[in-house]
Amino acid sequence: MRYLPLTPEDRVEMLGAIGVKSIDDLFVDVPASARRDAPVDLPHHAGELDVEREMAGLARRNRAAGEGPFFCGAGAYRHHVPATVDHIIQRSEFLTSYTPYQPEIAQGTLQVLFEFQTQVAALTGMEVANASLYDGSTGAAEAVMMAQRVTRKTKAVMSGGLHPHYVGAIETLAHAAGVTTNALPAAVDAEDAVIAAIDQDTACVVVQTPNVFGTVTDVTKIAEAAHAAGALLIVVTTEAVSYGLLKSPGEMGADIAVAEGQSIGNGLNFGGPYVGLFACKEKFVRQMPGRLCGETVDADGKRGFVLTLSTREQHIRRDKATSNICTNSGLCALAFSIHMSLLGETGLRQLAAVNHQKALALRDALKAVPGVEVLTPRFFNEFAIKVPGKAAEVVETLAAHGVIAGVPFSRLDGKAGLDDVLLVAATETTLDIDITVFAKALTKVFAQ
Amino acid sequence: MSMNNVGRPTRPEAANDSAAGHQTLTGARGLLQDEALIFELDGWNKTGVDLPPVTAASSSDLAGLLRSEPIGLPGLSEPEVVRHYVRLSQKNHAIDLALYPLGSCTMKHNPRLNEKMARLPGFSDIHPLQPQSTVQGALELMDRLAHWLKTLTGMPAVALTPKAGAHGELCGLLAIRAAHEAAGNGHRKTVLAPTSAHGTNPATAAFVGYTVVEIAQTEDGRVDLADLESKLGDHVAAIMVTNPNTCGLFERDVVEIARLTHAAGAYFYCDGANFNAIVGRVRPGDLGVDAMHINLHKTFSTPHGGGGPGAGPVVLSEALAPFAPTPWLTHGDNGFALAEHAGDDDAKTAFGRMSAFHGQMGMYVRAYAYMLSHGADGLKQVAEDAVLNANYVKAQLKDVMTPAFPEGPCMHEALFDDRWLEGTGVTTLDFAKAMIDEGFHPMTMYFPLVVHGAMLIEPTETESKHELDRFITALRALAGAAKAGDVERFKGAPFHAPLRRLDETQAARKPRLKWKPVAAAPLAAE
Repeated sequence: MRYLPLTPEDRVEMLGAIGVKSIDDLFVDVPASARRDAPVDLPHHAGELDVEREMAGLARRNRAAGEGPFFCGAGAYRHHVPATVDHIIQRSEFLTSYTPYQPEIAQGTLQVLFEFQTQVAALTGMEVANASLYDGSTGAAEAVMMAQRVTRKTKAVMSGGLHPHYVGAIETLAHAAGVTTNALPAAVDAEDAVIAAIDQDTACVVVQTPNVFGTVTDVTKIAEAAHAAGALLIVVTTEAVSYGLLKSPGEMGADIAVAEGQSIGNGLNFGGPYVGLFACKEKFVRQMPGRLCGETVDADGKRGFVLTLSTREQHIRRDKATSNICTNSGLCALAFSIHMSLLGETGLRQLAAVNHQKALALRDALKAVPGVEVLTPRFFNEFAIKVPGKAAEVVETLAAHGVIAGVPFSRLDGKAGLDDVLLVAATETTLDIDITVFAKALTKVFAQ
Repeated sequence: MSMNNVGRPTRPEAANDSAAGHQTLTGARGLLQDEALIFELDGWNKTGVDLPPVTAASSSDLAGLLRSEPIGLPGLSEPEVVRHYVRLSQKNHAIDLALYPLGSCTMKHNPRLNEKMARLPGFSDIHPLQPQSTVQGALELMDRLAHWLKTLTGMPAVALTPKAGAHGELCGLLAIRAAHEAAGNGHRKTVLAPTSAHGTNPATAAFVGYTVVEIAQTEDGRVDLADLESKLGDHVAAIMVTNPNTCGLFERDVVEIARLTHAAGAYFYCDGANFNAIVGRVRPGDLGVDAMHINLHKTFSTPHGGGGPGAGPVVLSEALAPFAPTPWLTHGDNGFALAEHAGDDDAKTAFGRMSAFHGQMGMYVRAYAYMLSHGADGLKQVAEDAVLNANYVKAQLKDVMTPAFPEGPCMHEALFDDRWLEGTGVTTLDFAKAMIDEGFHPMTMYFPLVVHGAMLIEPTETESKHELDRFITALRALAGAAKAGDVERFKGAPFHAPLRRLDETQAARKPRLKWKPVAAAPLAAE
């Protein structure tokens, strides 16, 4: 077997050195009733070529986004990732290293994390950022838990524009921890409605901009209302490229900014692995979840980096930790950071502008389709349209014609009464011809 | 001195002192560059991507919502970016460079075939919410991975979605909590876990509102049955036991542990971080386990990536399966489908959703490629070689270091304490740092907490005998040096790493968590 270096002769010699007769002697502590001599009932080992054939067979039965017109967003976005990113993250020293517990021989990873934290803090307009969480949705759930610790209050109010799957992830964790939640009904343009739901028990208000319908909102007033009631404002963003164009959460008064960082440096990957961005005001740093990398010096006085404030973390504080998270999204954070370093401020602003412009072109094309109504009043690169009939059926029909038309809202929440709402996104990867084909196909379907 | 015909010396002059203490003028040391932060490379107006020009900026809808301040992000041309990160990479240890014996972390070879497979556009370029009819191959891969995991563990169900081991623990405890509540046992709010448990166990239990009570350990490093029995009762929701445990030992009484737990009406959560020691040889389902997470980044070799991403699928017993989180993978007339909403008819009893999408698909692809490569026979050999290598290291070091549990075999990792360092003036930390100078990553230190000055060595099955012997020779030499009074070799270590020992106290006292401009703020491009 190509991954196992020991030869049969090695094994015999090593058993002798240990002083046992057979490998079974090393498994004597396993109860006799649970010992298995024969391999389990699964296929035996296979060569590289055979594995490649089998995997390629499975891969071929999926319609890749790049194969044709494609308009899905709703929390995961198809962007172009420069070849440099994928090359660097496959370097052995990044790919095959562990969490940097020994800083003297992990300065590569640690400096990257320090740079990543700085980039995330700048993008979100916040004072401090951590070294990543699993993804945006689990980050949002962690933010709610953190707000409970900071405010010592136990209610979370969530806007009707928050991604329904984020609502789900928050509810799962919050309810287990005894935090009550108030998720407002899904609404295209009503982030401000959370203000009326804030009361003295409210630990935090969770809003999203651009929200799940694509609507961009200035949340400054929500921040003021939350702060007046002693609550924290958590601002969620699922499309990190939007930071290049829009006011940052920090600029609008957010206490905690959470984002899905997949858009920068990371592919769609059918939903994971992604990278959660998590940033907040400096005064809350000791209540943050996850790893933090900090600057220090070595014994010779040279600048270096270490994991720090680990007294917040599970391996030190155990049941008093701020989170149970251990392994996070290190390599995805690296990919994010490399792509961000390639883009720079100039590139990110331009990328964001291109995305916005593509979405405007898509809106203009779809608006002209008889029967389509554009619902989102102002957006970045994604918006909602109302279609005649069920959006899920429209999507299936168009898929059969080679167009992946977007995400029906019913896929996210089947009980909102929004079965005729379709979420569509455009990015720099969207071609003008894709837009034309999409609009024509829609026109044809509705005419039938 | 020998010279060639243009006067260039061809042989070095004999050095009259060693390299130690020699300072370069730039801070670089030969191949090892002294690399500044990306913010210090004068990249405020550059970019390494070429994008199409924006024609008409028709964003009038967004008036008042646009960024007005510079972000403060540097950018660099592509060659500068490549050089920055390659220079940084060379300051990292990696499993591809040398043995990385971090106990409990399972640093084994990461096959590159798996990387190649994960990058097939049919896996990497598909969206989690595109029509299910267009991702049947991806859903089938998830189904096959589930089949392998269930077969290898002897368990009837698996929840694939958890994103890492700790997330898997959360999944297991939430399923247990839901099962208790469904049975009217919501008052059960205590979790029992040994003192030797991973920190994630108590942290997870506390996260879901449970109180953690510790179980005592016997002299031979295992769960104290009498203590467990005395602490079980109507208030206990679950026990969390790692098996093989964090001392590297198999819990001999595991079947009895399960029986006592079930008799008390509680569930048995097994921390499966060490499943790599028994995969293909022992099925946790035969031991009475109700839930166990499997770190795909440990047992099934998906790369650790400097701290993730991982993946932590959780196998579940019949009793817990109905409460698994959404999405559920189902198989109907039209092929595979996902039931995505807890409470709907197709996922009525699910406890809810753990994250936005379906889990770590990129890790599923890698793990499945690894499983196919090894097969049932190869995976059994994986466990056997992992255990053989650990016992070989223990046998070859036991006369110079002190095994914490000398009697009987260990499983996939060998645990030593620091009794053998008594009186030398060298601590476990010093010893670990000296290993760095010898070219090896240190073992896990000071964990598990039940052993003083613990050194937990996990060589894994992907080390050759030659590499193990090199490691053993280095450790024996270091042990000899410690006992011979060569304390400076340890106290000052590392001498040869990219940096000397770092001041962690200073980092925590005045945290500097991001770069700040020293003088005037740099001007960003408009």
